[in-house]
Amino acid sequence: MARTMWDSTVGKKTVMAVSGLIMLLYLVAHMIGNLKIYFGAGEFNHYAHWLRTVGEPFMHYEWTLWLIRIVLVVAVVAHATSAYQLSRRDIKARPSKYVHARPRSSYATRTMRWGGVILGLFIVWHLLDLTTGTVHSGGFQEGHPYQNVVDTFSTWYGDVVYIVAMLALGLHIRHGFWSAAQTLGVGSRARDRALKTVANVLALLLTAGFIAVPVGVMTGVVS
Amino acid sequence: MKLTLRVWRQKNAGAEGAMSTYEVDGISSDMSFLEMLDVLNERLILAGEDPVAFDHDCREGICGACSLVINGDAHGPERTTTCQLHMRSFQDGDTIDIEPWRASAFPVIKDLVVDRSAFDRIIQAGGYVTAPTGSAPEAHATPVPKADADFAFEHAECIGCGACVAACPNGAAMLFTSAKVNHLNVLPQGAPERETRVLDMVAQMDAEGFGGCTLTGECATACPKGIPLVSITGMNKEWLRAARKVGKR
Ligand code: HEM
Ligand code: FES
Repeated sequence: MARTMWDSTVGKKTVMAVSGLIMLLYLVAHMIGNLKIYFGAGEFNHYAHWLRTVGEPFMHYEWTLWLIRIVLVVAVVAHATSAYQLSRRDIKARPSKYVHARPRSSYATRTMRWGGVILGLFIVWHLLDLTTGTVHSGGFQEGHPYQNVVDTFSTWYGDVVYIVAMLALGLHIRHGFWSAAQTLGVGSRARDRALKTVANVLALLLTAGFIAVPVGVMTGVVS
Repeated sequence: MKLTLRVWRQKNAGAEGAMSTYEVDGISSDMSFLEMLDVLNERLILAGEDPVAFDHDCREGICGACSLVINGDAHGPERTTTCQLHMRSFQDGDTIDIEPWRASAFPVIKDLVVDRSAFDRIIQAGGYVTAPTGSAPEAHATPVPKADADFAFEHAECIGCGACVAACPNGAAMLFTSAKVNHLNVLPQGAPERETRVLDMVAQMDAEGFGGCTLTGECATACPKGIPLVSITGMNKEWLRAARKVGKR
């Protein structure tokens, strides 16, 4: 079964859809969590601490968080690997372009590959910035995420990188969510409008919700 | 009408091809696109030149032989086959670009003719039903719900022309394969091979070097028979169901 999946273009696309939806689910939770920044350092830092103690006493300190991290790393790797392999195959299947070219398909559809690469790079930068603090501007303080976030969005490049990535995310989800429904065989003529609407609403809410944080810092509402 | 044609000319599969420019005059707007090419070829033959090779057979939109990318669109600007496209869709003085289907699974044989036998092999991989042949069965011996019959017929309309592959930026044969799979998988006559059909046809499709689906919808827009994009969704569903069932065995 696993071999059947990975060896087939249809199966590999299924891996992409499922891993994409796992990441999407996480992002909805992540976005809602981030908005707590508007309730001040106390509440935000407390929330961050809670993330490490979820599931106690059954789970040890940070076990749940690590479980989520492992699932996400597996999802990112599975998603990127299948995206890379399928894209390579697609390009090989259509080596010569038409002389009479015309723009095809929607912007969101055409930018899935480059948008995905932008997201991949962003994920690396984001972790090095706010999880490990390796590339953080100013002194990174473990356990003080509120201050770290404010520091990041007090630099122009922090804002630009983040906002560009979130716009790419919105486009990726706009085509990705609807696509995943088709890949998993749950799309239909009757559901098409509903699926497209949900895709657009999710894309818009996530992009706006994530961008609200740097905007808060830039406008001085969060400081 | 007087037209400027820019046509892909390629001596054989191994040769380098290029666009060549021709002027044609005296074209009637009632001519079909292929008749317009016939006019061009008669002149080329009279001038002692090699006529442009292109595929055609029925010229009534049912065989799936004709296959040209006209101004970047498979089968040209109307939703029909090239043989059913008429010159009234163009203006006097137009320049028209004519190219072959482009996909590595459809190599060019000569000029505008490509080898589409990959489609035959996909059909062979799963395309028969275990049903007694010989005398025609009683029409009501196997009841088929009306909705299923309509669904099967909608997909049976596929003529295998390959416009879906030509239009797809990934050179994917998903719409073609899904038309064949859905056509037979919904009917009771196709039920015994329901799982093997979809698994084998998709495997053959991959083996032929077609690309994968990124749901751009270009295939369904190009399809002269209006096979809808959700056919691909339906085939994905059949494939996942089959992979699960066969995996359990
Ligand atoms: C490592 C970074 C990423 C890369 C390289 C990447 C790349 C891709 C590519 C190439 C596709 C296929 C596009 C197409 O079918 O036209 C895709 C689809 C998708 N992506 Fe991503 N992506 C990345 C990150 C994400 C993230 C963070 C999410 C979470 C929301 C996501 C969700 C999806 C979904 C739901 C699909 C649809 C799957 C399908 O078509 O069935 N991706 N991705
Ligand atoms: S020649 Fe038969 S469909 Fe066009």
